[in-house]
Amino acid sequence: MKVKMISRNPDNYVRETKLQQHKVPRNYDPALHPLEGAREYVRALNATKLDRVFAKPFVCNLSGHRDGVACFGKHPKLLSTLATGAYDGEVRIWDLANRTSVRSFVAHDGYVRGIAYARNGERLFTVGDDKTIKVWSSQAPDVGQEEEPVNTILSRHILHGISHNRKDNSFATCGEVCAIWDEKHNDPIKTLKWGVDTLHTISYNPVETNVLACCASDRSIILYDQREAQPLRKVVLTMKSNKLAWNPMEAFNFTVANEDCNLYTFDTRKLRTPLKVHFDHVSAVTDVDYAPTGQEFVSASYDKTVRIYNAHQSHSRDIYHTKRMQHVVCVAWSLDNRYIFSGSDEMNVRMWKANASEKLGIIRPRERANFNYQEALKEKYAAHPQIKRIARHRQVPRHVLNAQRKMRMVKDKELVKEANVRKHSKKGKVPFVSEKKKHVLREDV
Amino acid sequence: MTKTPPKGRKKPTTRYFDAAAVKSEDGEAKPAKLKRKHQQKFTGDFLKMQSHDKNKKLHNKKRPAATEHPKKQKIPQEVLDKYSRGDAVDSRGVKTRHFKEKQQRKEIYLEYATEQAARTELLLQETAGQLEADEEEITASYRQEEIAANVDLQSAAKHFRLKLDFGPYTMRYTKNGRHLLLGGRRGHVAAFDWVTKKLHCEFNVMESVSDVQWLHVPTMYAVAQKEWVYFYDKKGTELHCVKRLSRVNRLDFLPYHFLLAAGNSVGYASWLDVSIGELVGNFNTGLGDIRHMRHNPSNGVLCIGGGKGVVSMWSPKVREPLAKLLCHSTAMTALTVDPKGVHLVTAGLDRMVKVWDLRNLNETPLAIFRLRLPANEVEVSQRGMLALSQGTYLETYTDVLHGGGTANSNKLPYLRQRCDAFVHGMRFCPYEDVLGVSTANGFQSLLVPGSGEPNYDALEDNPYETSKQRREHEVHALLEKIPPELITLDPNEITGVDAPTLQEKVDAKRQLFHLKPPRINMKMRHKMKGRGGSAKAARNKQIVKDCSARSLFRRCARPSRASSPPTSMAMTATMCSRRQVGRPKRQNPYAPSWIALSPSPRKNRSPLIEYLIVVSFI
Repeated sequence: MKVKMISRNPDNYVRETKLQQHKVPRNYDPALHPLEGAREYVRALNATKLDRVFAKPFVCNLSGHRDGVACFGKHPKLLSTLATGAYDGEVRIWDLANRTSVRSFVAHDGYVRGIAYARNGERLFTVGDDKTIKVWSSQAPDVGQEEEPVNTILSRHILHGISHNRKDNSFATCGEVCAIWDEKHNDPIKTLKWGVDTLHTISYNPVETNVLACCASDRSIILYDQREAQPLRKVVLTMKSNKLAWNPMEAFNFTVANEDCNLYTFDTRKLRTPLKVHFDHVSAVTDVDYAPTGQEFVSASYDKTVRIYNAHQSHSRDIYHTKRMQHVVCVAWSLDNRYIFSGSDEMNVRMWKANASEKLGIIRPRERANFNYQEALKEKYAAHPQIKRIARHRQVPRHVLNAQRKMRMVKDKELVKEANVRKHSKKGKVPFVSEKKKHVLREDV
Repeated sequence: MTKTPPKGRKKPTTRYFDAAAVKSEDGEAKPAKLKRKHQQKFTGDFLKMQSHDKNKKLHNKKRPAATEHPKKQKIPQEVLDKYSRGDAVDSRGVKTRHFKEKQQRKEIYLEYATEQAARTELLLQETAGQLEADEEEITASYRQEEIAANVDLQSAAKHFRLKLDFGPYTMRYTKNGRHLLLGGRRGHVAAFDWVTKKLHCEFNVMESVSDVQWLHVPTMYAVAQKEWVYFYDKKGTELHCVKRLSRVNRLDFLPYHFLLAAGNSVGYASWLDVSIGELVGNFNTGLGDIRHMRHNPSNGVLCIGGGKGVVSMWSPKVREPLAKLLCHSTAMTALTVDPKGVHLVTAGLDRMVKVWDLRNLNETPLAIFRLRLPANEVEVSQRGMLALSQGTYLETYTDVLHGGGTANSNKLPYLRQRCDAFVHGMRFCPYEDVLGVSTANGFQSLLVPGSGEPNYDALEDNPYETSKQRREHEVHALLEKIPPELITLDPNEITGVDAPTLQEKVDAKRQLFHLKPPRINMKMRHKMKGRGGSAKAARNKQIVKDCSARSLFRRCARPSRASSPPTSMAMTATMCSRRQVGRPKRQNPYAPSWIALSPSPRKNRSPLIEYLIVVSFI
């Protein structure tokens, strides 16, 4: 007789000393793991709930400005540095790691309209209402010395915005005209004009660095090439655009923050129809900034909220608000893709987590693996109604809720009216116009 | 090395790095042409540092064999099949290119995951037990004493017998196979660690005990006593008296749902959630005295064998059986479900034991055993070994599907055993080669080599767990408690796409005939004389009514999105009332729900027939 029985040696299964880890033999045979689907579903449900439980996006509040915050400048090299400009002409440089203001100086009379860091981060350019461009050193002056600009350029035109080239030493300002400057000269290299009285904002393309985009007061978005004498193209929307941001990864796309509560993502090659209309804000959108991944962007609005959008989706994935935050004027996404900064009318700069439920601090590999697993589960079961409901639920301020209702009512009413008009008119007289095309009036070349 | 000049061309100019090659050709040393000035003053030997040709492209170079990685072993297909969750989802039905590519990428990942899981088989420490007979002998002829004498001491200690006076006994092993619970009809309850033979507690409840059952941890168990069900802890302290479960005959525990299932003597099936102490289901099955009850470990459905030879399957949230199966023409004497949840084994008074495929209930039995006496207990082990007892005599077969008995007399049993008393309960011990048999006057632990799964997964069941690990495991299990609504015949229903069947579509259409428009409370504006009039008012009212009714119909008749997942738990519960069970098929767990999956097992009618049926109903 040959006989063998299961006879386990406990030495192989029990740890020897308390200093050792417990032995955990695994057997991945599916027969030993019944009810896979249901258990995984419950795990996904729990992960989604935990995600909402830990969704505490507010990190800190940077106070110090004595007037509303008007604009941000992100340092291209240092993650912990942020420059902010206020309505009273003051510029502050913040050390974000310590949450303190390390420098402050009055740069302009009246508003600071724009701040831009040079390519290497050693110079800081500010433009203000006093028609000057001031160049500041990134180094704070020695003790006892006064803050002095390295250079002051007097412009012939009003200035509204500034943007620095990502690859060379030129920068561009906008205002009455779009002007291209070199860092070393006090006169613009080139001025570009297209029959507009004011250009509000200007932005260099981060990849094709000769291309610029401006938002003008005649509701248009104008594209320029700095090598050419004439502007390239122009698209006119139904309402004015406030800010423009290029997608840093798909640099042929850009998004504008519009006065009509929406954001529009355009493809430069096809300006007639936007790629996507991003809804959800209930008041004018004032600023927009892309995440360095190009997958998401953040928008600030006059409705006192900050929203985060997936660049390819028309509804926001998250909304940030606090009781005290007033009209949000400017917003920025940090270059490490982890934080969002918002500057608002009530003189505060706020720092938020880009992912509301992310755990800050050191994360051990096991914890990281668990987070990754939970992410995968959430994605896998995202379509289940319970999970979807929990993941989508957000508490919004009452005024936003009321405004949303009102907007929905207005929209429904318009739809009904249009349908009625269509019903009572000749066939084809009232055409169906898609939501995307509705907001673009024309494209000029 | 020098290039051979093509015909008609002059020899290419020799460059400095060709020096070594030139030398070997001509047989005499030539001074190498040096690059820099300071190198020209050098008066030593030249060592050739770079052995490879600089001009040669790097990727053309063959690596030395020493650094080459050994090629991965190919995994045999049957091992891959064991870990596979089903065939790949065909991406042909996916509409957009983006999702199609996503789907294809997903399949690659899944295939890789299957392969990696299959590779872990290499790490398994133990091998299954086995018993081989010598020449001219059969395994059935071996006595337990002989087997015990031939195995190691540790295994021999697993063969023991307890003579107890309060029989007949029922028994249960814990899920990890470490602890044993005995309940004697005349009130004797004993719990012990049967491996170390350490007694946890032993007492007499001074009442009749009909069944015992461990709960989710080996520190708590339930005992069905004469009137009610009681919970005790490891030391024998009474924790609860559950008066809502009365006159219970059979107990069973669903570890992943935390449900204690009970069948009582007037036909009530009850499910008690032991984590919150609530009855999640309690209704009369209409089957009378419930004597045979087991749950299916793969989906949590309760199988109840009735007196008429019918097995019915129950879920706590559905008050009618999910499925019924006529197994025997006579009364049933025993039933069991194998630990994988694939086979159902039933025994009847017609002296037959039948094996059914639980995934395909429409078929005839997979195997039939014809016996001389009706089997009064049947049991299946983790590795598919079948044990059946007829009175005091019990035998085991190596494979559930190996027909035996008088019908197929050349299939001899694997082991035979004659007990000293009537066998009242039988269980294979999980993760051990042991069959526990409780009889009218005690308990026997029999050695059945090759019955148990040799390699346990410590995150599921751990026979060697410490109390700290047990507590940790309990917390994790509680967090992952599956809601009772998810008990359906197809355990993967939750991961599937909820495409409504034709029957559901037709039913929804039919519902529209019975739809009642909401009552409208309309107040007519008072109008000046000559403007209003009751006829006009009635007409206006009718218009508003019609409008609201029409909009309601439109809303309800809107085809429910064919790809939306189950809208609620209640819907899942109703869906499970479908009788037929398809073969296990991966319903693409990763696919987003809006992907229309092409081959759907439910759509087995031709489109024309579907169309005709729909038309005939409208």
